[in-house]
Amino acid sequence: MNKILLIIQREYLSRVKKRSFLIMTIVGPILLSAIGILPAYFASMPEPDRTLMVLDQADILDMDRGTERITLKYLGPPANYTIDEAKEQFMLTEDYALVYIPTGSGWDPDFISKNIVIYGKEEVSLGIKSFVEDLIRSKIEDLKLRNQGVDPEVIAQVRTVVRVKSINIEESGAEEESIVEGKMVIGFIFAFFMYFFIFIFGSQVMNGVMEEKSNRVVEVIVSSVRPFQLMMGKILGSGLVGLTQFLIWIVLSFVIYTAFTGIFLADKMEAIQTIAEQSAGTENIEQLQNDGLSSALSFLDSLNVPLLIGSFIFYFLAGFFLYASMFAAIGSAVENQADAQQFLFPVTIPIILSIVIAMKVAEDPNGPLGFWFSMIPFTSPIVMVTRISFGVPYWQLGLSMALLILGFIGTTWVASRIYRVGILMYGKKITWGELWKWMKYGG
Amino acid sequence: MQININSVTKRYGDYVALDGVSAEIPSGSVFGLLGPNGAGKTSLIRIMNQITGPDQGQILLDGKPLKPSDVNRIGYLPEERGLYKKMEVGEQSMYLARLKGLDSKQAKVALKDWFERFEIQDWWKKKVEELSKGMAQKVQFITTVLHNPELLIFDEPFSGFDPINAELIKNEILELNRKGTTVIFSTHRMESVEQMCDYIALISRSKFVLNGSLNEIRERFRDNTFKLEIRGDHSESQFNLPEGAILLEEKQDANILTKVVRLQGSDTTPLLKAGMELGTIQLLSEVIPSVNEIFIQTVKQSHE
Repeated sequence: MNKILLIIQREYLSRVKKRSFLIMTIVGPILLSAIGILPAYFASMPEPDRTLMVLDQADILDMDRGTERITLKYLGPPANYTIDEAKEQFMLTEDYALVYIPTGSGWDPDFISKNIVIYGKEEVSLGIKSFVEDLIRSKIEDLKLRNQGVDPEVIAQVRTVVRVKSINIEESGAEEESIVEGKMVIGFIFAFFMYFFIFIFGSQVMNGVMEEKSNRVVEVIVSSVRPFQLMMGKILGSGLVGLTQFLIWIVLSFVIYTAFTGIFLADKMEAIQTIAEQSAGTENIEQLQNDGLSSALSFLDSLNVPLLIGSFIFYFLAGFFLYASMFAAIGSAVENQADAQQFLFPVTIPIILSIVIAMKVAEDPNGPLGFWFSMIPFTSPIVMVTRISFGVPYWQLGLSMALLILGFIGTTWVASRIYRVGILMYGKKITWGELWKWMKYGG
Repeated sequence: MQININSVTKRYGDYVALDGVSAEIPSGSVFGLLGPNGAGKTSLIRIMNQITGPDQGQILLDGKPLKPSDVNRIGYLPEERGLYKKMEVGEQSMYLARLKGLDSKQAKVALKDWFERFEIQDWWKKKVEELSKGMAQKVQFITTVLHNPELLIFDEPFSGFDPINAELIKNEILELNRKGTTVIFSTHRMESVEQMCDYIALISRSKFVLNGSLNEIRERFRDNTFKLEIRGDHSESQFNLPEGAILLEEKQDANILTKVVRLQGSDTTPLLKAGMELGTIQLLSEVIPSVNEIFIQTVKQSHE
């Protein structure tokens, strides 16, 4: 036992001391929080003020002035200009783009809507393009409605926003508001974490085993410890490195996210607040804030956080052990990356399958697909963590965990039998049949 | 440490690597395990090191069956050997020593000792990848013997060592043997066997075909072959070969005539007489077969 600790210690320290670990540890949370921050940050960046020159021959825009940031300037009267003249005029100005709305032979809204052109001196931004499209669409829709004798005001009144609150009724009769979207997000995050973790750290185990074999240090080591101890030591050591990295990521991401939003988005937040205050008055704003806060709190409340984290860590480790032992067996059988490919394929298939199934399961967490694939040990680590935030019956959770433990004992047993032969086997072309034979060797 | 190998059999699938081999290795001896490649040397050594287990039979150390803790009493330098390239020499040596059951204090003391002895103290902080091959070999040797094992096992110890290091290692092995360590080494290089071994066993096709003390085995392989050197040019003269003897070789070099003769018995008197008739006898010696010859002869026989 003492020796396995030594192996774990060496494995852990040598990996943690590597530059790549440091880089991953720092870059990871930056990436993670960037995913959270960047969209908000870019959204908060003001677009420069722009002036669009418009040749509205169909007279559809009704001299609309545009918005605060996008000013529309009309050439007129439109009938006096041909499009070529308009272009000439446009090139003389500083205007950002020229919008050309032709009438065609008759005044046909469908013809107009399909023949609008934006000319720009450079690539016209997507934002501007969609602004123009939205504006013209709403104008044309209004016109069409009027032609049908419908008052656009009526339409505005008819337009309804539907929000469905979904509530779970517990057996006890207690009602619990469920926030499916939030749970889906948690499920996805868990599933992707698991996916990357198994892949990255699993192949690290494989490379470590391969390295020991090609360094020829392995026989020296197994003359001091049993091959099984060496394999388990490496797997446990790598698993701990993964767990360490994961925890550092969580903490750092949180810190970076908080700091970033605090510094860069604070003024933006204030701006939103001011606008809201102006339009709605102070009382309402407090009301709104309380609503947001209480819904966030009730969302957290609806989750069984200790169960969530506890079972995530369980699946995180058990799933890793299950796959890592297989990665170790592959590493022991081959002498270089290229040879590893043929054996990697069947191991990666269930991992990739799991993540695909997890996407489906998030939509229907308690359906048969979710149930069966969260029972199979090869897929349960990823599929089950996707389901957990939705609430999984305890018997299912227990059964899945028990099966996963059996599964990882099984793969570890098979893997260790391949491993002990493989690490000492050089210069042989390895096939599946060969691995099968190794497994059956005695002693 | 005395080692008994009791009818050990090891199979890999249908392939029999060791077929009921037995031998006794006396405490304090240098035991040479010889045999062509693929004969089963490494399989036997791995069983002694408990890297694999025998299918049948057992190994006794001082009369007791091998147990897991015995790995700490054995030092093993495998044929396929190496070190972690990215690890520092000192850190790595400490790690290997602790895997052999030393605590960090003991390991440090022992390592300092050996590093001073090999004058490599300033390598401690170097990474293995910065060392030359010869330097790494020294470190590897130190880590093998560091924990003062009672039994040292070397698989092809001199393969991959340059001649200077090979000599150094050889002397260190003999020195450890003088202090009481039992040494087993496997090789197919016969010259080192003659210089170092007290006992040998020859494996061919998974079986011991020869096994015993070196002197006794060589005695057994004596075939009354003698070398006679006679001064003077006598190539023209008649040489009366003793009755039943066979002339194996004849050579005239300057004024020395050399004849190698296999006699029927061990009595050399007729040979000397015949020589004296030709001139002055400068030398008469028995040609004892080298281990190499014994090896080749025995392996051939066992294949017939």
